[in-house]
Amino acid sequence: MTRRHLTLFFVVALALAWPLLPEFTATMFSYIALYALVAVGLVMLTGVGGMTSFGQAAFVAIGAYATAWVCTSPAATAALDGVLPPGLVPWLGLALGLVLTFAIAWGLGAITLKLSGHYLPLCTIAWGLGLYYLFGNLQFLGGQTGITGVPALSVAGFSLASPRALGPVIWAVLLLALWALHNLLDSREGRAIRALKSGRVMAESMGVDTAHYRIKVFVLAALLAAISGWLYAHMQRFVNPTPFNLNIGIEYLFMAVVGGAGHLWGAVLGATLITLVKEKLQDILPGLLGASGNFELIVFGLLMVLVLQRFADGLWPTLARFAGRFLRPAAPRAPKAAATLPVRTLAAPGALLLETARVTKRFGGLVANDAISMTLAAGEVHALIGPNGAGKSTFFNMISGVDDPTEGEVRLLGEPMNGQPSRAYAARGMGRTFQHVRLLGQRSVLENVALGAHRRARSGWIASMLRLDRAEEAALLAEARRQIERCGLNAHADAAAASLALGQQRIVEIARALAGQPAVLLLDEPAAGLRHLEKQALATLLAQLRAEGLGILVVEHDMEFVMNLADRITVLEFGSVIAEGTPDEVQRNPRVLDAYLGGSDGDAREAAHPAPVVRPEAAAGLGLDPLAQGAGVSP
Amino acid sequence: MDLQIALLLGQDGIVNGAIYGLMALALVLVFSVTRVIFIPQGELVAFGALSMAALGAGHVPATLWLLVALAAMALAVEGWRWKRGVTVEWKATLVWTVLFPVAALAMVLGLRPASLVTQALATLLLVTPLGPLLYRLAYRPLANATVLMLLIVSVALHGVLMGLGLLFFGAEGSRTPAFSDARFDLGGMAITGQSVVVVGVALALVVLMFLFFERSIVGKALRATAMNRVGARLMGIPTDLSGDLSFALAALIGAVAGLLIAPITTIYYDTGFLIGLKGFVAAIVGGLASYPIALAGALLVGQLEAFSSFWASAFKEVLVFTLIIPVLWWRSLHSRHVEDEE
Repeated sequence: MTRRHLTLFFVVALALAWPLLPEFTATMFSYIALYALVAVGLVMLTGVGGMTSFGQAAFVAIGAYATAWVCTSPAATAALDGVLPPGLVPWLGLALGLVLTFAIAWGLGAITLKLSGHYLPLCTIAWGLGLYYLFGNLQFLGGQTGITGVPALSVAGFSLASPRALGPVIWAVLLLALWALHNLLDSREGRAIRALKSGRVMAESMGVDTAHYRIKVFVLAALLAAISGWLYAHMQRFVNPTPFNLNIGIEYLFMAVVGGAGHLWGAVLGATLITLVKEKLQDILPGLLGASGNFELIVFGLLMVLVLQRFADGLWPTLARFAGRFLRPAAPRAPKAAATLPVRTLAAPGALLLETARVTKRFGGLVANDAISMTLAAGEVHALIGPNGAGKSTFFNMISGVDDPTEGEVRLLGEPMNGQPSRAYAARGMGRTFQHVRLLGQRSVLENVALGAHRRARSGWIASMLRLDRAEEAALLAEARRQIERCGLNAHADAAAASLALGQQRIVEIARALAGQPAVLLLDEPAAGLRHLEKQALATLLAQLRAEGLGILVVEHDMEFVMNLADRITVLEFGSVIAEGTPDEVQRNPRVLDAYLGGSDGDAREAAHPAPVVRPEAAAGLGLDPLAQGAGVSP
Repeated sequence: MDLQIALLLGQDGIVNGAIYGLMALALVLVFSVTRVIFIPQGELVAFGALSMAALGAGHVPATLWLLVALAAMALAVEGWRWKRGVTVEWKATLVWTVLFPVAALAMVLGLRPASLVTQALATLLLVTPLGPLLYRLAYRPLANATVLMLLIVSVALHGVLMGLGLLFFGAEGSRTPAFSDARFDLGGMAITGQSVVVVGVALALVVLMFLFFERSIVGKALRATAMNRVGARLMGIPTDLSGDLSFALAALIGAVAGLLIAPITTIYYDTGFLIGLKGFVAAIVGGLASYPIALAGALLVGQLEAFSSFWASAFKEVLVFTLIIPVLWWRSLHSRHVEDEE
């Protein structure tokens, strides 16, 4: 039995048992599905996308109130009388709810998208509270009493008035949503969504418009909540503000977190657990505590803190591990015929790829980069070296769109790039790796590398949800495998990225950059943490890429590696260029020796700066000490 | 609206704004030192106000038993950590888990405070140690988690404390006697002594905090931790203790705010949450980082609340909470590149 079989078995068992369930249990199961629909949106937001919302109950409210108003208000009924048969009015209510939710969620997302991740949830608290008070005070929505007399849904003349009749519809909607979201996550767009969580700089460098994706995920979760609200209104047949207050919004989050915020089925597990436990607690607690009130919040809150401290991933992974002992892994499906990905024509060798003109960066009074001018041509390896704190990382940020220069200009393939985001650099053909490895540790090496090819495919969210993207997806994965193989990591392609040694993770980053088929490659300390033979393999790979016409800019502390590979070297110290030339020229340059080994004879420079400290590893790596050859390890 | 009413509303706004300003101060302090967005700050206000009311009515506030229970749990956790070979700062631990609870027990049960001043002192003694105890039990095990995770813990803790507030103090609200019954007449405007007390104490606290952070070595250590945790630790500043201290200050500020506001308005178990959130709106004006801008934001929130209660009283809360939306929009205009999460 595979996991797929187990899911099918669960669905069939629920369908067969449904007519036999007691009325109360059927109602309860209907509620569980309604809650799970909201919670699964929160899983997408929290566990997958690295955001969260405490205000989902407010979106449920919009879905519920929209349909209740359309179906019952005198104004709406008068306007629709004769235009729309009564059986179709609730569908208009659904449409209205979805449109309103879409507009509001998009607006809230757009306001907070550029700010740090915690502003969105804070905003949802305020929004959830505000909407609750608003609904309680709007007379045309019934104020605190709410709206009664919401009609039941009917499909083709068949009334869905009782929970026993509506329940299967709700479950069908939930299962459909789970299927679509599962497909979405298993696609190019899904990888981009997952990348949001691990830091936006990385995702942007892969060409992902993180702000846009964040809004879309937030809107998706809100729409799911609105659908839940629409179903709720037609099941309950009346709406008032109480079930949409902030506490319920927090309860939805409990469901997602307790169940397992990183897993779609965690939402179903969490919704089931919390609903059943709440039912029991509401029976027991008032008697136990001798007072009446929403005391289940105390228990849920404690449970939540405990889960976050002890099982940060929720209960679903534990359950899945247990079930995994009895389940066969699913057989890999035969890939569809792969589509072809667009291929970039590389510039002729010697063509100018990247040039900076007097790039300067000041942080307050500190000049991190002082008028740095350099070029990178197709078919060359250009190394950027310098002691720690020389401004190499700042300069990398300047030429990759992570930060803006205070002064000066950056041109990529002839185009001025000042003020552009990282993804614009990626779009023009820049691939990069990071000094501190930025991979999705839990995902496989293959998926990580495929993220690098994000920009080379087109399929959108709807296509991914409906599995219309399979040919393109097969092509992306094939391309990712090709790059993994090229970098010598095929043995690890399906392992979780975090399980690899740090040096290998750096190589995964190179493979990821190559999957985007860059014209310019920026490598930040690629050889750090590699063993001798691995370094040789890396040098061979980079030489091969150079021969293919890539321009490679590399920051590296391993001098043997740099001196053997680079065509040109630029040396930075205290933010400015102190030397530039071939490895031979640079090794003989007195200022370079001075910077690396410390002042020789008290010149003016020494007076200007604190006494340089001798850095043994750097000095050894320069090739001055034969004993230490090859021992250049970056700190 | 005539000038008389406008002045009255303005005065109301300043008094409320002072309370929100205290909230914002505590929230910015806790966030910058520990990265915790301390949603339960408002619950501490309610606990302060309602404990004071219970003492005034001659009851033993249940806050005392909460304090004793949390202290016992925190002590047990430290003991367990110590047994597993973790270095435990026993001196600080004993201050929060033994010294304060024993002092509170002695004060409430032994002394049975009868005057307003001793009751207020007892309340501060009851509420202040709740801060570090909550920090140690709920947040410290997750010190390396993301801001988002810590925020979810905060919201969960808010649920727990609000539920406990309902259990301890019931659904009925309380008011406490004013610290001052004086009334002044300033150019035709009546000013109550209590509002002078509120603004005066709030100002005094702000000045004290300023002096503490600018002049004292402990305050400088806290600021260093806020700027760079790792760097501060390398300089020998125990960052765990900074957590204790910032939460203690936040709880102290919360309790003071509770004492100040309880004579002005009826406090229910869930009122604190709304007060805390309005402090949040103010703190967000300052980007959760700037104290002076947060204080200005608090005055803005106070005025908006006062005047909207006149123009559209039913939508007062809606207006105050939706203020966050233009504020965030304004802030996002100033940030162009994506900010990376820590």
